[in-house]
Amino acid sequence: MRFVDEFRDAELGRVLAAEIVSTVEPGRHYKLMEVCGGHTHTIYKYGVDDLLPENVELVHGPGCPVCVIPMGRVDDGIAVAHEDGVVFTCFGDMMRVPGSRGTLLEAKAEGADIRMVYSPLDALRIARETPEREVVFFAVGFETTAPSTALTLLRARAEGIRNFTVFCNHVTIVPPLRALLESPDLRLDGFIGPGHVSTVVGARPFEFIPADYDKPIVISGFEPLDLLQAVHMILVQLRDGRCEVENQYKRVVPYDGNPQALRVLAEVFELRPHFEWRGLGFISHSGLRLSDAFASYDAERRFAVPGVRVADPKACQCGEVLKGVIRPWECKVFGTACTPERPIGTCMVSSEGACAAYYNFGRFAREREAV
Amino acid sequence: MTTEEHALAMIERVRAKPLRFRDERVTMAHGAGGKATQALVEGLLAPAFGMNELADAAAIDGLALTTDSFVVRPIRFPGGSIGELAVNGTVNDLAVAGARPLALTLSLVLEEGLGAQDLRAEVEAIARAAESADVQVVAGDTKVVERGRCDSMYICTTGLGRVDPRARLSPSALRSGDRVIVSGSVGEHGTAIMLARGEFELAAEIESDTQPLWRAVDALLDAAGSELRCIRDATRGGVASVLNELARASGVAVVVREAAVPVHPAVAGACEILGIDPMYVANEGRLVAFVSPEAVDDALAALTSVPGCEHAAEIGEVKTEPPGLVLVETAFGGRRVMDMLVGDPLPRIC
Repeated sequence: MRFVDEFRDAELGRVLAAEIVSTVEPGRHYKLMEVCGGHTHTIYKYGVDDLLPENVELVHGPGCPVCVIPMGRVDDGIAVAHEDGVVFTCFGDMMRVPGSRGTLLEAKAEGADIRMVYSPLDALRIARETPEREVVFFAVGFETTAPSTALTLLRARAEGIRNFTVFCNHVTIVPPLRALLESPDLRLDGFIGPGHVSTVVGARPFEFIPADYDKPIVISGFEPLDLLQAVHMILVQLRDGRCEVENQYKRVVPYDGNPQALRVLAEVFELRPHFEWRGLGFISHSGLRLSDAFASYDAERRFAVPGVRVADPKACQCGEVLKGVIRPWECKVFGTACTPERPIGTCMVSSEGACAAYYNFGRFAREREAV
Repeated sequence: MTTEEHALAMIERVRAKPLRFRDERVTMAHGAGGKATQALVEGLLAPAFGMNELADAAAIDGLALTTDSFVVRPIRFPGGSIGELAVNGTVNDLAVAGARPLALTLSLVLEEGLGAQDLRAEVEAIARAAESADVQVVAGDTKVVERGRCDSMYICTTGLGRVDPRARLSPSALRSGDRVIVSGSVGEHGTAIMLARGEFELAAEIESDTQPLWRAVDALLDAAGSELRCIRDATRGGVASVLNELARASGVAVVVREAAVPVHPAVAGACEILGIDPMYVANEGRLVAFVSPEAVDDALAALTSVPGCEHAAEIGEVKTEPPGLVLVETAFGGRRVMDMLVGDPLPRIC
């Protein structure tokens, strides 16, 4: 096994697609939400939805870490980046996320020293190599990326590196899902559970979804066959009247998660009382900050962060897209005022964002043929 | 309530508008060969000089003229160096315009402190590449700037060529049914540079594909003549950007069969890990050719017999609908749009 193209076999895909067709009740409409932006990306990149029957609709959920960062936090990051002596580091996706007065990419062109990194360890390396500068890492992501930030901080402390801080925007997956399920306008039949987050937290934290809200959830991998199989598993649960947590991604996800990763998360981070999500508003206990033991590595405590809350742009309907209430193309500004090169909402920025994925890959409706 | 069809029609109306240059400052995205670059060229440069048709080279009285500058970092990388690129990049712009390269001018911008050994190595690389491309360096200029004001060296070359009488190349020649050929496996130059920078802690045996393309064009002209509709070299922004530029310029659709695109396994692996599509990665010795369906077999046979083009392949077809769009039939059996590159996956690759 090379664990790459085995899960992209077109022939197996057709077999699974046929199984799915024979599982659905004709006349019933199924709305399934893939929580994770990685899934959204796979669906569009491979054209997975072209293999689904018309009455199975995939709705794109709030699991794109870049897409849920509110404008105020981007402004805060830019303010820190402009401080004297700061080297500001972030993942490439964050560079184009609009704050209220521009993006990090534009701040870079104005003279701020902003560098794209692929891992927080790269940011730590810059700190080690340039001890006269203050290196700040813009940390984003769910429990998937939070352990790598935590390990970087543990290493920074072990090495005694003092010129490194983290601007922490890590978030947790369960509170937004609960908020979503509480939302009165939500109409969903089941969830495709987030595979990468689950490698850390396991499948167990999602038990509340069937228990409290009567919706099935299947944790899925990120290859096209994984997704088709997860869809099939949800549809079988619905057909059989079952409602439980199932794990399609057993080759990677242990039911109880990764205890080592969970341990470092608990050591380095603590829950914020509340954190603002783009489009979803403030959600209690949904964001992480550095614990007091790591206070000296916390950019929010080392620098004067403005912390001004900025309302989402009026025209932007990212919140409704993130909740699956509307589809990307139903947004008033989709593809016209809001495009990947000039995004208004964050869903249009990251390739995992529902709007960008639809705009970049899915825009050509499946019924239409090229002639 | 908006229908999907209406929303899509609105998008295409917006996309079809000429791009405007509205940014307050130049960002790295303006150099990436994607939409921002296009906005800079179409929105600022072309109108300033009254240029209507933008091509790789301009034809004047049977001669073709082009210019290019090279700022790649690092200056040496597996499979090539900045000197070799500076020759190949410019002769290839002539070649894909259907012109046999004749002569080059060479401008060097050197950073104070550059080692004589490095300079000598690049001058020799330029001489070797010029010889292999059968072109003369006939004039030049040198400037030195203070340390820190440039990155080792920048090179600018201007190329003069003679338009081949067999060539009838134009984007407006594309017809529904025409086939799309690439002259070899895609994405090797950009991936080699990416790995040579050592920022990813990834190692693989990938060499830049930099090479002169006149022989490939010559073979195509021989085999297909006027059935050869249009050629582009797929540099910054990769094959995807070239296809998009042509689809947009000619008002046709292009459908690419993903499974037919040749990609070196090491490139596929590196791109997979980095989350980049090889179709958007730069090449420095690959062309994309559009050929009529009648001539495609001969054209492909001729191309694969040219050294360096052994892996040439037919990857897709021109359609009329939906105009201006590039679609991909995925290897998995689905379909998606392949749009212009947005943003900048990797600056200063050439």
